[in-house]
Amino acid sequence: MTSYAKDTGSEFPSVSSYRDLKVQESPGYWAMVRKRILRDPVTLISAAILLVIILSAILAPVLAPYDPYVGNIMTRMKPVGFEGHLLGTDETGRDMLSRLLFGGRLSLIAGVVPVSIALLIGGSLGITAGFFGGLVNTVIMRVTDVFYAFPSILLAIAICGMLGTGLFNTLLSLTLVFIPPIVRISESVTTQVRNLDFVEAARASGAGSFALMRYQVLPNVLAPILVYTTSLVSLSIILAAGLSFLGLGVSAPAAEWGLMLNSLRQMIYIDPVLAALPGVLIFATSMCFNLISDGLRSAMDVRLKV
Amino acid sequence: MLSFILRRLLQAIPILFGVSVMVFLMVQMIPGSPLDLLLPPDASPQLIEQMKEAYGFDKPAWQQYLLWLWQLLHGNLGYSIFNGAPVADELFDALGNTFVLAIPAAFTGFGLGILLGVSAALSQGGPLDKLLSAIAITGVSLPHYWFAIVMVVIFSVNLNWLPAQGMQFTGVPTTLAGFKSMILPVITLSLIPMGVVARVVRAAVLEVMSQEFVNTLHAKGLWDRSVLLHVMKNAAPATLAVMGLQFGYLLGGSILVETVFNWPGSGNLLNLAIFRRDIPVMQATIIVLAAFFVLLNLIVDIAQALIDPRIRR
Repeated sequence: MTSYAKDTGSEFPSVSSYRDLKVQESPGYWAMVRKRILRDPVTLISAAILLVIILSAILAPVLAPYDPYVGNIMTRMKPVGFEGHLLGTDETGRDMLSRLLFGGRLSLIAGVVPVSIALLIGGSLGITAGFFGGLVNTVIMRVTDVFYAFPSILLAIAICGMLGTGLFNTLLSLTLVFIPPIVRISESVTTQVRNLDFVEAARASGAGSFALMRYQVLPNVLAPILVYTTSLVSLSIILAAGLSFLGLGVSAPAAEWGLMLNSLRQMIYIDPVLAALPGVLIFATSMCFNLISDGLRSAMDVRLKV
Repeated sequence: MLSFILRRLLQAIPILFGVSVMVFLMVQMIPGSPLDLLLPPDASPQLIEQMKEAYGFDKPAWQQYLLWLWQLLHGNLGYSIFNGAPVADELFDALGNTFVLAIPAAFTGFGLGILLGVSAALSQGGPLDKLLSAIAITGVSLPHYWFAIVMVVIFSVNLNWLPAQGMQFTGVPTTLAGFKSMILPVITLSLIPMGVVARVVRAAVLEVMSQEFVNTLHAKGLWDRSVLLHVMKNAAPATLAVMGLQFGYLLGGSILVETVFNWPGSGNLLNLAIFRRDIPVMQATIIVLAAFFVLLNLIVDIAQALIDPRIRR
């Protein structure tokens, strides 16, 4: 017994030698996520392509060689590579490259804005429902169930059809479409977290409901909610372009990919390549968002049950 | 099991009620009078009053709602403002045309999706998995209305094999021309379900395969094929859930594909009704499609409970 105590005493380094050791901080969750993403070539490449698309939409006034709304009747429906028009011209002689560059603005807005607003509203509602449970949960979730009874495209078309065309109505209808699924996901992940020991511990030390939600629950449910939300952006872009394609979204002569696809549809017999261009961009953008969402999902190690 | 089915049936009633309220409220949001379409711009005030009375638009909203609901419960979907015909006749013809596309599209999409998903999961991390996952994510990301146009360009304009648009039969196809007119719309529609189902099946199979009972099955000497059968049965509830949702999207979301191919289905009917501001047709189409969706989810829940007794609770 005595020898044991003596041994351990002699084996520990003195306090002074501890001071020379450098403190190593644990890398933390988000640092780990960043490291994983940096090692994932598919996500990095799609992020780079997306960045190019976003930058060219922002810089459209600088990059575009022509005014996207003014056509020249003498140079109508010219093919890709026509002199002076890199990507040809459309049915009223407007420069395609300029229109595609400007079109990215509306399409990207229609993809990101509704999902972001739906994330704020749906996330708050879902976390509130999951955190408080009981009557609050019942009211919020049953209303969500009713919205869920409509297939998403049908709901967007119905709301847009009722409210009329225009960018604002498109954004409004898509926001309403994306709130219910985000409420559901947030509620289900919050319900799993709310009764864990560390939340109980914080509650026992006197934290109020808001503090519990903000500092205990939110950091632990953010990753799955974010991953799910990013996967909706691609759907939002496709739906918004689809609404304009039907004539229910932004109206002519706006430069928007879905609307351009619609007006160029008459040209498939004349120049199919030209008619396909806006669709290529819708596809590329939504594919990038989907691949990034997948990359985030595996980097954040999120398992979603929708 | 019977009590589970009854309980789920009862739960569907308040949802259907909520759906009816929502559809009615949406219609109330429409700016302007629903009769603007029918009346000439210089209609006299008496005529406007007369027409309002005839269509019941003179009553307060809650009375209009109750009247509409009452008629709905008696199977009366109302009359079109555009041509005065009963909405039900037009709607059920159109729904039939939508189903003719949706059912083969569901079989194609779900079949391919399950095949892709299982094959990808079994070769997890390998080149085959990467290829199949790439196909699946392409299916999810493609704007299908654009894909439809591209296919028309290839198969109708350039090769001249298939008709570019139109439905060349009534009811069910019996002639070769009828079948040919279905091919492009069905392929287009099956794209999204294929991608979504493949992704869900892959995740579900991998999840099940990481559980310990699979090791036990291997350890007791079961063939790989029999083990796969056990895995599939456990992955089935998640797959069924997503297939139910996707079939609903095929019905409700067919509007874009029906527009490209000029197919006289329910989506086309809704689109026409929106542009004609034909409120009874809009209301009826939306509520019938939503009711189908609720019913579909109900069937999926029951099927899930049949496969997995734990869900019955």
